[in-house]
Amino acid sequence: MPYKNFCLVCSGNQCESGKSDEIYRELKRLVMDRRVSQEVQIVKTGCFGFCSKGPIVKVLPDETFYVEVDAEGARAIMDEHILGGKEVQRLMLKGEEHKKPSRFYQKQVRIALRNCGVINPGEISEYIGRDGYAALSMALFEMTPLEVIEELKKSGLRGRGGAGFPTWQKWKFTHDVKDKTDEVFIVCNADEGDPGAYMDRSILEGDPQSILEAMAIAGYACGSRMGYIYIRAEYPLAIERLYTAMDQAREHGLLGKNILDSGFDFDIEIRLGAGAFVCGEETALIASIEGERGMPRPRPPFPATRGLWGKPTVINNVETLASIPKIILRGGDWFAKIGTEKSKGTKVFALTGKISNSGLVEVPMGTTLREIIFDIGGGIPGGKAFKAVQTGGPSGGVITAEHLDTPIDYENLVALGSMMGSGGMIVMDEDDCIVDVTKFYLDFSVDESCGKCAPCRIGGRKMYNILDKITKGQGTLEDIQHLKALAVPMQKASLCGLGQAAPNPVLSTLRYFEAEYLAHIEDKRCPAGVCKALVTYTINPDLCIGCTVCSRKCPNNCITGKRKKPHVIDQECCIKCGICYEGCKFGAVEIA
Amino acid sequence: MQKIQIKINNIPMEVAPGISVLAAARQAGIHIPTLCAHPDLTPWGACGLCVVKVEGMPKLPRACVTEVSANASYITHDPELNKIRRTIVEMILSNHPNDCLTCGRSGSCELQTLAANFSIREVPFQSNVPELPKDESTLSIVLDPRKCIKCGRCVLVCQELQDVWALEFIGRGDHTEMMPAGGALLSESPCIKCGQCSAHCPVGAIYERDDTKKLLDAILNPELHVAVQIAPAVRVAIGEAFGLPPGTITTGKIYGALRRLGVNAIFDTNFSADLTIMEEGTEFIERLTQNGILPLITSCCPSWVDYMEKYCADMIPHFSTAKSPMMMQGALTKTYYAEKKGIPREKIFSAAIMPCTSKKFEIVRDKDMYASGQQDVDLVLTTRELARLIKQSGIDFLALPDDESADSPIGAYTGAGTIFGATGGVMEAALRTGYFLVTGEEYEKITFEEVRGMEGIRTASLSIKGKELRVAIAHGIANVRDLLNEIRTAREEGKEPPYHFVEVMACRGGCIAGGGQPYNTTDAVRNARIAGMYADDAKSEIRCSHQNPFIEEVYREFLEKPGSHKAHVLLHTHYHPRPLYTR
Amino acid sequence: MAPNRLEELNRLREEKSMELHDPKGNDGEIEIRIGMGSSGIASGARDILRVLNDTLKDRGITKALIRQTGSLGLDYAEPTVEVRMHGMPDTIYGRVTPEVAQQIVDRHILGRELVCGHVFDRPAPDMVKEPNHAL
Repeated sequence: MPYKNFCLVCSGNQCESGKSDEIYRELKRLVMDRRVSQEVQIVKTGCFGFCSKGPIVKVLPDETFYVEVDAEGARAIMDEHILGGKEVQRLMLKGEEHKKPSRFYQKQVRIALRNCGVINPGEISEYIGRDGYAALSMALFEMTPLEVIEELKKSGLRGRGGAGFPTWQKWKFTHDVKDKTDEVFIVCNADEGDPGAYMDRSILEGDPQSILEAMAIAGYACGSRMGYIYIRAEYPLAIERLYTAMDQAREHGLLGKNILDSGFDFDIEIRLGAGAFVCGEETALIASIEGERGMPRPRPPFPATRGLWGKPTVINNVETLASIPKIILRGGDWFAKIGTEKSKGTKVFALTGKISNSGLVEVPMGTTLREIIFDIGGGIPGGKAFKAVQTGGPSGGVITAEHLDTPIDYENLVALGSMMGSGGMIVMDEDDCIVDVTKFYLDFSVDESCGKCAPCRIGGRKMYNILDKITKGQGTLEDIQHLKALAVPMQKASLCGLGQAAPNPVLSTLRYFEAEYLAHIEDKRCPAGVCKALVTYTINPDLCIGCTVCSRKCPNNCITGKRKKPHVIDQECCIKCGICYEGCKFGAVEIA
Repeated sequence: MQKIQIKINNIPMEVAPGISVLAAARQAGIHIPTLCAHPDLTPWGACGLCVVKVEGMPKLPRACVTEVSANASYITHDPELNKIRRTIVEMILSNHPNDCLTCGRSGSCELQTLAANFSIREVPFQSNVPELPKDESTLSIVLDPRKCIKCGRCVLVCQELQDVWALEFIGRGDHTEMMPAGGALLSESPCIKCGQCSAHCPVGAIYERDDTKKLLDAILNPELHVAVQIAPAVRVAIGEAFGLPPGTITTGKIYGALRRLGVNAIFDTNFSADLTIMEEGTEFIERLTQNGILPLITSCCPSWVDYMEKYCADMIPHFSTAKSPMMMQGALTKTYYAEKKGIPREKIFSAAIMPCTSKKFEIVRDKDMYASGQQDVDLVLTTRELARLIKQSGIDFLALPDDESADSPIGAYTGAGTIFGATGGVMEAALRTGYFLVTGEEYEKITFEEVRGMEGIRTASLSIKGKELRVAIAHGIANVRDLLNEIRTAREEGKEPPYHFVEVMACRGGCIAGGGQPYNTTDAVRNARIAGMYADDAKSEIRCSHQNPFIEEVYREFLEKPGSHKAHVLLHTHYHPRPLYTR
Repeated sequence: MAPNRLEELNRLREEKSMELHDPKGNDGEIEIRIGMGSSGIASGARDILRVLNDTLKDRGITKALIRQTGSLGLDYAEPTVEVRMHGMPDTIYGRVTPEVAQQIVDRHILGRELVCGHVFDRPAPDMVKEPNHAL
């Protein structure tokens, strides 16, 4: 006899500490007590998000979502809802009680990721079954190229690769110059490179056909017959699936000559990049496709008028393209209803770092950081305090707790000294040293600088060296001035976005965490205990029970002490590896 | 074309459309600093110094790569821009050894000038100069990567102007280096030693190998009879090192300076340029009249020879076997001159002053360069080196008389020998004599304006007694490829060759803009030097090689006749295919 | 006139659409989706796929369709397996180990109960049911 109801109790990290285990046991007891254990299954689940409102209980098949459930609430759920058939309104999220099945407790709206995890990416018929190629058919048979562009204009879609340039404008520029030359190219920029961002890979792996369809639509709108997908060779699975998808699309007459007997020809080739970050910059990407060294070229001329092999070229990022078939199909107005005034639609973010539910999330523009990090992401694991979130990768900056309620859009993030970038969100907690994190980003930019222009090539390295000095306790107050001085020519006189944006992590952290820099410089102290040179490990004699674990684990034999007596670390000899700290079960090793 | 209105620093002006903001500013008498842009090269915006403000534009575009647009208003200098530029110079200096006192470019260094102009008294940022070894593998040029500021000019010159691709950007970020691919040394790379990289380098990262001490040592050695020849192009350029305008003829002063340095005999490569015309001209007439392989291609330029052996060995049969004038002069110095003077040839130290870094390599290029039994030319100094030698010897170059002359018998020359230094000059000299060699009569005119000029490829057609003679001239190796392909296509299709005679010089403008000439060579400078050459030619009493009485004498007394066995042994050479990379 | 390619496409869409949106229409059919993006594969999705196949075969279950999909985005819970069948709520399992994969077959498919501790929530509730109605 199958169960009639399932009662899911969230037991993610946060809920665990929020007494969800107690609720689980209470519900278990109640099913026995009410003699319904054959009809109702009580299930522990992974994190549901919304951890700040835990413990959370969800009742199936009604999909009712209860928050802040206590023992009394558990009894109410059992008696009023499961046995009585009436939902417990007071435990449901405010204002949304009547919306069922609730789609509001979950903040995600999936447009770009609509097929990821739903269809088999290796089977074109499944894509077609989910409205695939309906947009292309519509464009080819019912719309003029200008109408397609108009629809994009109405949608307000902006480039998801970082800069947020209106997609329709790129298409329009190219559309308008095209009759002056014979060829036009559509390029899909799949050279995803921000550390911690992987939405493009995920889309290409989970829904490759959507990119092919969007490129064909772009080709139709801009008068192009040839597209290139520039993808990094480090994405072998995505490349394999793209090739399969292209083969299948050709078989179905959706790619190649005379698409759907419409007379429109469009084909696509794949170009592999060697993984240089700068090749995500569109002029460097063009150079790389042309077989040149991947170095940025001055703009103007912009690729829309003079791009690949000197021809007008539309370059769109993967996530941007993934949304386009849906926009054409449902109309630009539909898309424009989602999001904020200047940033329409949804954006995919890759949540990583000190976050319970790391992963890809797609939310409407205007969702707050708090909703993403705490409601969807489940907050910071281990009960640690949120410190900041880094957005925009090596070109972005940090956003602190006081700005968590800012609705995310392109302009707001820039105003906070960060940027949208490709959508990486790296969450930091109290254990992260801001100088150290900044150094990490700068190291990335310095390493990925192509070396062409002096401000980026030299400025980045100098900044890195200064940060390195500071983390080693050798910084001076003058160094802060030097950081700021170096940033100006980098921002103003670097040739491409990489160099122009490379100082952003430094300026942003100086803006919000200057005190932490000063602690490193003036007090020779790393408040987060990360910068090894500034950290001292000591053993608190009151807590040490003399178990000898630390002295046995110490790789440099610096810890001495008799069994069952407090141990001591020889500071001269200590290499600050932290093994004693991690190994002590009694919290006796302390960081200062 | 319709001019457009722009404003620079709020001053309205009219400029031609399509020029860069940098060029427009220069026209307005405003100098925007640059370290990477160079008039010879496609601007590519590396250094970042030339950023300017444009009204209504949030970003600062680079003046070198930004075309002027109608009605735009540009600000090229203000305190903010100055500060940005100053910080960039400071950044560059912080990655630079800053050992100006011992640097070959001290005094002519573009970075040094900027540092001085920006009043930089100390570099605020931590110095970070990588310990990289010099590449001294060639006899011609030295790469010092520690001093490299990564402006990219050398790479662009090597790839864009010269089509050699010996230099490449290797590594990225602050590990970027300009060097041959695959970690090869320059000597193991396709490098043709033209030295254009050194002529375009803004700092002391690429420079000619300095051999001045060797000449002084030879002069100091009482055992040695030091004979020095000077190349055609030296005389129109060395004056620049002493403040004279480009193109000023200083032949007499150079002779005088060398005499004051203590040189025993002074010859002129112009003489052997005349000799080259006799040998090459005879070879050409032979081929033309006896169905030989045509076109005949000139071989005076050692960089071109090196390029041909590496990149287009299929052209070897087309190459004139005549040695370059310098090598002919060297061979004669150690044979004819030595015998005439009764000096054992091993006691003669034969040196050459050349506009060219490749000549340093040419003297040991092949075993044929030892035709006298000795090394025919022992030492080559570039124009730049001679200028330094003159300065260090306390000689007031400007005060030297202009009327000193070279020594006999291999010093006197004709106007045809002089113009060898300019693109088209060898062709013109050959045409002046060629007609005579074919017909036994003098041609009605001396000058051939149609082969002069600065076009990358020039072609002309003239009639010799009813027979059409087609000639082509290319300079700057990047211009050669199309010409060669045209010849190849005709060859493959069994058609008549498109040309009978082809002149190639590796450097843009010819030897007058060689890799060893004074710095800051631009097309304006090239044109002035070329004009100087033609002016000297026009003044010459004798303007055709075959009329040079000393040429007549040397054949009579020594070489018998053009193309004789003796001439072949001493004045001709062989070519061999060579690999691009020897590593 | 022979049907042109557009008509073919539209027919295929109709067909597939039914199948994708309501696999439970045919009694007893089970759909298992396994996230085979890079993150899934890196956390062992290939093993899970093998175990599921083996277990289904071993238990004599023939009416199960295993669909290899891209990533759901629940990277913290990879590998993920979703089970859709008649009489049970559509369920996403995360942090699936080979043992859990077996339990999914034995308990969820055969026993009609949820596998405790591994149920995860759908990232967006409407992503399957209402493809035309994202808002």
